[in-house]
Amino acid sequence: MAANAYPPTAPPGQPAWAAALDTRNSAWWQDLVMRVVVMAGGISAILFIVAIFGFIASQGIEFIVHRLDLGALLTGVRWEPTVEPPSYGALPLIAGTAFITLVAMAIAVPLAFGAAVYVGEFARGKQREWLKIGIELLAAIPSVVWGVIGLHVMKPVIQDLFGVQVGLNVLNAGIILGLMAAPIMATIAEDALKAVPDTYREAAESLGATKWQVVWKVVLPHARPGLSAAVLLGIGRAFGETIAVLMASGHRLMIPESIFDSAATLTATIAAELGEAAVGGDHYQVLFVLGMLLFVITFAINLTADWIVRGRRRQA
Amino acid sequence: MTGANPFAPTSLEGRSLASQGVAKAGFLVITLLLLIPALGIVGVLLVEGWPGMTLSFLLEKPRENGAAGGIATALVGTIWLTAVALVVALPVGVAAAIYLSEYARDNWLTRTINVAIVNLAGVPSIVHALFGVGAFVHFLQFGKSILAASCTLAVMTLPVVIVATRESLQAVPKAFREATWNLGATRWQTIWRIVLPNSGSGILTGLILVVCRAVGETAPIMFTGAVFFRQLFPNGVFDKTMALSLHLFNVSTQVTNVPRHVPFAVALTLILVVLSMNALAIWFRMRLRGRKKW
Amino acid sequence: MVTAGPSPVAAPPALLTVRNLSIRYGDKVALQGVDLDVRPNEIVGIIGPANAGKTSFLRALNRMDALVPEMQVDGTITFAGRDLRDVRNLYALRSRIGVVFPLPVGLPLSIYDNVALAPRLRGVKARSELDGIVERSLRRAALWDEVKDRLKSLGSLLSGGQQQRLTIARALSQEPELLLLDEFSIAIDPVTTMRIEEVLKELRQELSIVLVTNLVQQARRLAARTAFFLGGRCVEIIATELLFSGGAKDQRTIDYLEGRFG
Repeated sequence: MAANAYPPTAPPGQPAWAAALDTRNSAWWQDLVMRVVVMAGGISAILFIVAIFGFIASQGIEFIVHRLDLGALLTGVRWEPTVEPPSYGALPLIAGTAFITLVAMAIAVPLAFGAAVYVGEFARGKQREWLKIGIELLAAIPSVVWGVIGLHVMKPVIQDLFGVQVGLNVLNAGIILGLMAAPIMATIAEDALKAVPDTYREAAESLGATKWQVVWKVVLPHARPGLSAAVLLGIGRAFGETIAVLMASGHRLMIPESIFDSAATLTATIAAELGEAAVGGDHYQVLFVLGMLLFVITFAINLTADWIVRGRRRQA
Repeated sequence: MTGANPFAPTSLEGRSLASQGVAKAGFLVITLLLLIPALGIVGVLLVEGWPGMTLSFLLEKPRENGAAGGIATALVGTIWLTAVALVVALPVGVAAAIYLSEYARDNWLTRTINVAIVNLAGVPSIVHALFGVGAFVHFLQFGKSILAASCTLAVMTLPVVIVATRESLQAVPKAFREATWNLGATRWQTIWRIVLPNSGSGILTGLILVVCRAVGETAPIMFTGAVFFRQLFPNGVFDKTMALSLHLFNVSTQVTNVPRHVPFAVALTLILVVLSMNALAIWFRMRLRGRKKW
Repeated sequence: MVTAGPSPVAAPPALLTVRNLSIRYGDKVALQGVDLDVRPNEIVGIIGPANAGKTSFLRALNRMDALVPEMQVDGTITFAGRDLRDVRNLYALRSRIGVVFPLPVGLPLSIYDNVALAPRLRGVKARSELDGIVERSLRRAALWDEVKDRLKSLGSLLSGGQQQRLTIARALSQEPELLLLDEFSIAIDPVTTMRIEEVLKELRQELSIVLVTNLVQQARRLAARTAFFLGGRCVEIIATELLFSGGAKDQRTIDYLEGRFG
């Protein structure tokens, strides 16, 4: 180690350039400022989600503290905010939301998963590209346009096809919401299929399995967490949709008993009544309480889906 | 040579090949079942709405609550709402994306931000509307105005900007950053001179997607700044305005005696804007993929 | 007895001293307990097989750990008399230390802008001054003649060997006090490698060089002292002359030189 035995001390007369190491110049400060700025941008996402809940809660807080009867709100069957005395029973809205979402999923799940399997496992090259673009464009159709389709196209079709009086009903809204939720579900489902390692497929194929057997016995079981996340997010999407469902469901404030009954959802009710309700009044506040309910449920859905997807990725 | 082809399918393999063909065809049918509505919608809107799509329809102001006249004020209002939403969402979203891509470490803060983004994207639009009413219309006292509506749209579309931008930033190779750091560049100089210029298309894609969302959304603006009927063009961000999407809702459900072609023509206008914007975003993405220079 | 290099009496203080340096990436230990000095105007060679920790060593000298979250550095490094942990402006530190990695990185800028980037970061704006720095750096990296007519074309479109010389030119444009070279000749043909080696010998007049190399003979041609790294440890540091005349004390060094592993 003799070759190393030189004193590590600074030269007495420092080289001129060395002073720069001790000096925080304008570039250094600019870097610090921009770091704080972009960090603030990142944190703003947290602030916004907290603010959304905070503001909605604050608008409904008086009602929550003094007059909220959660049992009556959730199980009451009469939603009559403008009758004297008003009645705020949200069960018809909850039932309408659940029923329509159920119909939507019955339509969206087979379509989305079928499309995901085709695009992910069978389609190749250009065809695959075009199908993906098609799915993306389907997702881009604005909800109010879907509403117009429900109102002017689906309504007469349902009336003629099933011989029913009312064409704006659970079925109509369910089909519309199913088609709206399917593209995002298909995209997430396809990601889930893609995440299954190719070696699994090759192993099964080398044993003589057909493509269909590979998909059914190997790929789908392994993609199950991602597929459930897709369903969850689809539910969140259908559940939170507002304008299309307001236009296609008939917006009848009663518990629907068949898919040919008109129905109302939580989201549509807020949209339909917020403009009429006196700011700060009970009715106004109840609508914000419904908003809180929507927020909490979608938050839980999204968190669960995200947790499933991330947990899966960490395993991989 | 013609006799025994060792690679010809045996009868067993032949059957499984046939079943594979059936499965493939079945899934193709399902996929088309999903995509045909999209084509159908565009087709119906074209057939029903095209007669109403005249130049005067686009350039005239609406009359009789939208039952007559054109959509000029709604069109201009939508442009206002979208532009202001972009001005608000883009800087915040790009900043957040830069933080997440360039600075954030894998810690609780980053995880919380990611959870927040997922949820911002997942919260129903009507809940965003309630937030807009509480935060922008009342608390910040913007009143019912373009500013309040655009801020609501901006919060709603923030995740779109963040995700698109973050993806394009992360596509810039790590080696570029290290090489630039090694020259003595600060993090910010590296981002500004090397990373951002090489991810411009990604930010553009985010911008286009925001425009699509902002143009199409109805619920978030109907209580925060958009009105059913107004013949004046907006004069500034504190004015109320008509908007294309709300106008479509209006002429479809609220106004009586609307000629049948009017809602279809409005819907056609709306969907042409949205789909062409989306096509543009897709084209950008493909072009970027095609000419990556590293 | 084993004193080497210039006479210790006249030796100036070291530009860079490393004491007990350890580097970890998460749980993985890359380097352990390394001591090493670099004197002004000296070329120190580092040889050793893959995964010996040579590249990590260079990265630590540049305080890359401040930018790479999973990299953890323990021990003391002093540069120009300063403990690197106490340097107030790490960017200024990096601008005094040039780095060339084995795989060339042509930034997606024009050839001119690639080389002008570092001076521009320093605040050089005058076109004539930038032109001078660019030409001088490209000449030294033996690239000028090949690219002088297309300085505006994209640096990342050059061939691998040209990009590597562009990387060297970029590092020289910083006018560094310390140049860290990590197997710089891997992507370059032998003739160009020799030309650059000549440049490095000249550069010794102005700066110090740490040369990590997979070519034992390259260390022999250039380095005053050579360190042998193995499995994250510095086995020995010895005057190059002595190393190649059978003076290595550690059997592992001798084995490596004789090509028994690595």
